[in-house]
Amino acid sequence: MSPAFATAAAAAAPTHGFLSPTGVEVAFLLVGLATFGAALVTVTTRQLVHAALWLVATLGGLAVEYLLLTAEFIAWMQVLIYVGSVVVLLLFGLMLTKAPIGRSPDADSGNRLAALTVAVAAAAALVWVVVDAFRTTWIDLDGAASGSTKVTGASLFQNWVLPFEALSVLLLAALVGAIVLSRKAKADAANTGASAQAAPGSRSEKEGVR
Amino acid sequence: MNGALDVGLRLLVVFVVFLTFPLIVGQTEHKVMAHMQGRLGPMYAGGFHGWAQLVADGVKFAQKEDVVPAGADRRIFQLAPAVALLPYLLVLLAIPIGPSEGAVGQVVDAGIFFVLAVMGVGVLGSLMAGWASANKFSLLGGLRTAAQLLAYELPMLLAAASVAMAAGTVSLPGIVDAFRWWWLPWQIIGALVFFIAGLAELQRPPFDMPVADSEIIFGAYTEYTGLRFALFLLAEYAGIVVLCGLTTVLFLGGWHGPWGADGLGWLWTLLKTAILAFVVIWLRVTYPRLREDQLQKLSWTLLVPLSLAQIALTGIVKVVIS
Repeated sequence: MSPAFATAAAAAAPTHGFLSPTGVEVAFLLVGLATFGAALVTVTTRQLVHAALWLVATLGGLAVEYLLLTAEFIAWMQVLIYVGSVVVLLLFGLMLTKAPIGRSPDADSGNRLAALTVAVAAAAALVWVVVDAFRTTWIDLDGAASGSTKVTGASLFQNWVLPFEALSVLLLAALVGAIVLSRKAKADAANTGASAQAAPGSRSEKEGVR
Repeated sequence: MNGALDVGLRLLVVFVVFLTFPLIVGQTEHKVMAHMQGRLGPMYAGGFHGWAQLVADGVKFAQKEDVVPAGADRRIFQLAPAVALLPYLLVLLAIPIGPSEGAVGQVVDAGIFFVLAVMGVGVLGSLMAGWASANKFSLLGGLRTAAQLLAYELPMLLAAASVAMAAGTVSLPGIVDAFRWWWLPWQIIGALVFFIAGLAELQRPPFDMPVADSEIIFGAYTEYTGLRFALFLLAEYAGIVVLCGLTTVLFLGGWHGPWGADGLGWLWTLLKTAILAFVVIWLRVTYPRLREDQLQKLSWTLLVPLSLAQIALTGIVKVVIS
């Protein structure tokens, strides 16, 4: 979302302090805290399906943050793709493996420390970059909507076409790869005379389409 | 008008529509199905042709005991009906029924994406119910719901994208404003794909495998009783209203009609929505249930290619006429 944000928020007013407490900013911070809490529960809960549902809360919170940053289009896309599809896919997988109700004792990883280090490092890098880049940038709420579909589209297809196309090629590669893998699994199954075992392949195939 | 009063009034109207229209569709379904099958349907409640049948049903549901199975995940089990129902209320806010500013709950800039995104969230309710019930049939129902959603969301989005391309905007009132009568033949494939995909998303016959009462005993809703079950049913009928309203707005020109364009446009919207709702009921009486794999095949080998073809056609015509 940063491209749209960057171009849209060009009208920087020098009079603002850093984090002056207006209503929108207070809401932004509160929603951010709630989202952060939901994210923490997502990775710490021992109940698999609860983790997936807390992920819904996290991703929904992010969508609200986008809305507060006036990036309406990005917010709805976030809901459509992440809440509506990725989490459904996740739940589908959990149901296929009959995720139990209650705690799963083995729902833990031995790599806690390494994961924590990577997560903190990534978060620190992102926060540092974003603060460094947008610290003095302000969105003019009174003018025309700066994160509307029109602005986002124009910015995406005028200034950022190359990354956009590169991403679509990446998705296409993932799609083709998923099809190849599922066909290979089918051929193997046919060779060994086992029953068709295409379920994992067809699932990742759909993921690729998205 | 006072700002806060205006917002409150709009919310109230949308809420009333949300509470009454699904009941009207439900009552129509009772009567239409009955007459198509050579029966009379409800005749006693309320006196005149059983008009109060669903009110009586509601009273009955409210009196029933609210049972949560011992093995269920209590909180998720109880939360699921709300997750299934509320998205449709939010979607109703964004559907315009007339040309003026006052005929839509709230103008949303990226209206198409808003409605499709929020409708997708409603399916989470069925998934939560299916998993949390601690019941094999419910789990099967949840699985089928998820598989169905994954199959049908893509063609639905592509068909909606085609209209957005034709209109040059993603806002719902903007699309209806741009509508011309010859869009009907131009976008007919997209309209059919959208409607069929929407039926599958609502789990209406012939795509009701997730709730197939004769195989898996109402799927995700097996364990529900009383008001919570009623909320799921209400979600289904609210879904019909939303789907028919959306199809009307996107493909059938909303408030445009041969006459009465100014002032009475909203009647056209309601009329088209009602006719589509009738078609939904008609399909239920006419077609047998598909199998889950037939549904997947229909989606991936027929609807997705058709919607892609529609997008290509839209693009070509758009370039030619501009």
